[in-house]
Amino acid sequence: MVTLEDFHSDDPIAWCPGCGNFSILKALKKALVDIQQPPNELIIVSGIGQAPKTPHYLRCNCFNGLHGRTLPVATGIKLANHKLTVLAQGGDGDGYGEGGNHFLHAMRRNINITYLVHNNQVYGLTKGQASPTSEYGFVTKTTPRGARNPAFNPLLLAIACDCSFVARGFAGEIEHLAALIKKGIQHKGFALIDILQPCVSFNRVNTFKWYSDRVYKIDVNSQYDAADRINAFEKAQEWGDKIPIGVFYRIQRPTLEDQIPAIAEKPLVAQQTDPAVFSELLETFK
Amino acid sequence: MDISIRIGGEAGQGIQSISSIIARTFVRHDFYVFINQDFASRIRGGHNFDQVRISNAPVHAAADKIQILVALDKETTRRDIDCLADNGILLFDGDGIGFTSENPNHLSIPFAQIASEVGKSKIMINSVATGAAIALTDFELRQVLDCLQEQFQQKGPETVENNQKSATAGYDFVRQNLKEKPPFRVPPAKSVRQKMLLTGSQAIALGAMASGLKFYSGYPMSPATPIMEFISSQAATYNIILEQAEDEIAAINMVIGANFAGARAMTATSGGGFCLMVEALSLAGMTETPAVIVVAQRPGPSTGLPTRTEQGDLNFVMHAGHGDFPRAILAPGYPEQALCLMSKAFNLADKYQTPVIVLGDQHFNDAYFTVDELNLRDITIDRGHILTDQDLPTPQAYERYAPSESGISSRILPGHTKAVLYADSDEHTQEGHITESATVRNQMVRKRMQKLKGLRREIGPPEIYPSGEAELVLLGWGSTHGVIKEAVNKLNQNGIVAQMVHYSELFPFNPDHIAIAALTKAKIIAVENNYLGQFAEFFSKSTGLSVDQKILKYDGRPFTSHEIVEQVKDVI
Ligand SMILES: Cc1ncc(C[n+]2csc(CCOP(=O)(O)OP(=O)(O)O)c2C)c(N)n1
Ligand code: SF4
Ligand SMILES: [Mg+2]
Repeated sequence: MVTLEDFHSDDPIAWCPGCGNFSILKALKKALVDIQQPPNELIIVSGIGQAPKTPHYLRCNCFNGLHGRTLPVATGIKLANHKLTVLAQGGDGDGYGEGGNHFLHAMRRNINITYLVHNNQVYGLTKGQASPTSEYGFVTKTTPRGARNPAFNPLLLAIACDCSFVARGFAGEIEHLAALIKKGIQHKGFALIDILQPCVSFNRVNTFKWYSDRVYKIDVNSQYDAADRINAFEKAQEWGDKIPIGVFYRIQRPTLEDQIPAIAEKPLVAQQTDPAVFSELLETFK
Repeated sequence: MDISIRIGGEAGQGIQSISSIIARTFVRHDFYVFINQDFASRIRGGHNFDQVRISNAPVHAAADKIQILVALDKETTRRDIDCLADNGILLFDGDGIGFTSENPNHLSIPFAQIASEVGKSKIMINSVATGAAIALTDFELRQVLDCLQEQFQQKGPETVENNQKSATAGYDFVRQNLKEKPPFRVPPAKSVRQKMLLTGSQAIALGAMASGLKFYSGYPMSPATPIMEFISSQAATYNIILEQAEDEIAAINMVIGANFAGARAMTATSGGGFCLMVEALSLAGMTETPAVIVVAQRPGPSTGLPTRTEQGDLNFVMHAGHGDFPRAILAPGYPEQALCLMSKAFNLADKYQTPVIVLGDQHFNDAYFTVDELNLRDITIDRGHILTDQDLPTPQAYERYAPSESGISSRILPGHTKAVLYADSDEHTQEGHITESATVRNQMVRKRMQKLKGLRREIGPPEIYPSGEAELVLLGWGSTHGVIKEAVNKLNQNGIVAQMVHYSELFPFNPDHIAIAALTKAKIIAVENNYLGQFAEFFSKSTGLSVDQKILKYDGRPFTSHEIVEQVKDVI
């Protein structure tokens, strides 16, 4: 039996009191217990920012790499040992700014990784500059007259890339978020979970109250069909007085790992090489 | 015997199909062949050539003068005729390329007409030319026909026949129209099929695969791409995953991920791609993750000369990355060495849990070498300190960055049944958690840098040829091995007592190997394909010896031994 205690970490938490990340950590642990995920077989790869500190606050394997480079590291790990449960975790700047190109291609690959983006619509760790998801007009030290560009919509892009699982959660809805994370991990393929995360220090606009007043669940008491891409495109464009959360889009398509015969029997890490087997190949040069 | 055949023409004319048939024919008959490829960065047109050198002794460099020039276009006659030796012969299709000559050594052959009539297609020009060139060596035609048979077998009997007929017609044409006996005789020989003909890239890839490479990720960039393509062609047979990354940043980060998870992984790129990898290089240093990176150099800065050669990235790879962390740099000079050094690169990376860079360049990577044997027994696999499930009998708190005398901490791989691990790019504690403690910071910097001491001891000696002491030393590294050796032989034959000191294991510099006292008396001339004499500067700094002269070349072309000999004569 995997319990909450199994995920306990002694590393002291460095987030501001009241930060939305605490709730996300709670939801993540809950999801992991719900699916009975052994900590040893879990690895969380993260970037740099406030969100990427999360894996230190759990007992599991952790690779806390570079800002923006979460997904390629996670991809390398998953391909080397696809028996591991691989989560990637980062902020909006990390994933949608610095790591934007990797985001596109991880979705195309449909590698079986669950990607949690703590989207606080601001750069937290570097103390409050505009991020790709900052709303139009959002005032920061780098945008004193308000952000000049419209906010990047990760869900819309993900659906366009045919990302096989596209969801949005909210740090203020822990149970719902835990269920999303659980579904994301259980989904076979690349799962994006964009998580609305209040930053109490640098985002005074998109606060807990602001989000709470607006979010509604598309997967509770509704006829929403997540397999319908057109529908998903429409839903993903809703933002303002009402903000949908839940699974927007979910399809089944072959994962990257499924298409590689080299690991059909066992993961790469379990395969040994005998240099002598290459003598046959040497003959072809004669 | 030492004959060089140059085939020149536009990209897309099939220069390589001619050079490879000629090369294979002779390698299979126990000759040594070396091909250097000189091509422009374009798919069609431009001036390009392959130069095939055939000898009965090992050859590792291009010759200055060629005996046979096959001109597939007019530009080749204009540019390359001066390279012909005094009695050299030019083969060309006068009508086809619009070139005429009164010179009795310039033999016009209607390549196109023969190809259409005998081979039923103009594509057969290459086989006509191959046959014609072979006729000038007086080598048996039969052997070429056998090679063509093997080459085109898969395309069906008709293709084989058309190629063979075309080659025969080209061969016969030369025999009938050449006034004198073929001037460059290659003695008849038995087919033994023992020697191998392969490129530097293939040797690097073979070395990596035989050393247990399981994962390759890369982004195409000349001259590194052939490594990726060769591994890709073998991936299914040898259970290797090859993932083409979206950019070089992704490539190296994937490689770090795969190595972290426990699979041997590498990437290859050229200088520009390596620029993008640099942040992750220091990530590997900080997280103490093994990584093998091949940097196939080409002339920079920036896009430079994409398809040409230079040794200009030594300073860059030596200093790349922010902060202090250990690394090793190796640079093979010939294929047998590439095989061993790839094995060494993976072993050092695993043992010292840090990045290892292997420097190639366009000349080394694209040239074809003949080797007597690649010995797979030269390859050892040492995965370093990895604790298995049995090594940790009970569930426990494992420390990824535990201190040790060597600076090396035992790894576990994620998925270990008894423990979990934390790795971090931030400064971290022994457990791998983020820290800002000044004390821990000092400990960790020293721990990482301590590994440099062990690494230094692993670095092997330079090759000294011929052995003994000499008054004149030609100092080189990496791909210039063959040409410097040849130059040294020539100098010695000319009564100038000279010696090659060639480095293939460059960094960290191991001064124990070099008899500094002996070298103090010698005149040292550095030979390098770059502007600054990058290795010479590093060598001087590391040994305290001064390098007296530098022979430097940075026009994107490799040295010839003649060039080196002449320049040595100028400066001594
Ligand atoms: C290559 C690089 N550029 C910049 C930084 C500085 N940096 C660290 S975190 C960060 C942005 C953090 O914002 P986000 O990813 O949204 O994470 P948050 O802190 O908001 O959770 C930046 C710019 C860095 N560490 N590395
Ligand atoms: S700055 Fe914002 S995101 Fe970072 S810990 Fe504080 S509240 Fe959380
Ligand atoms: Mg943020």
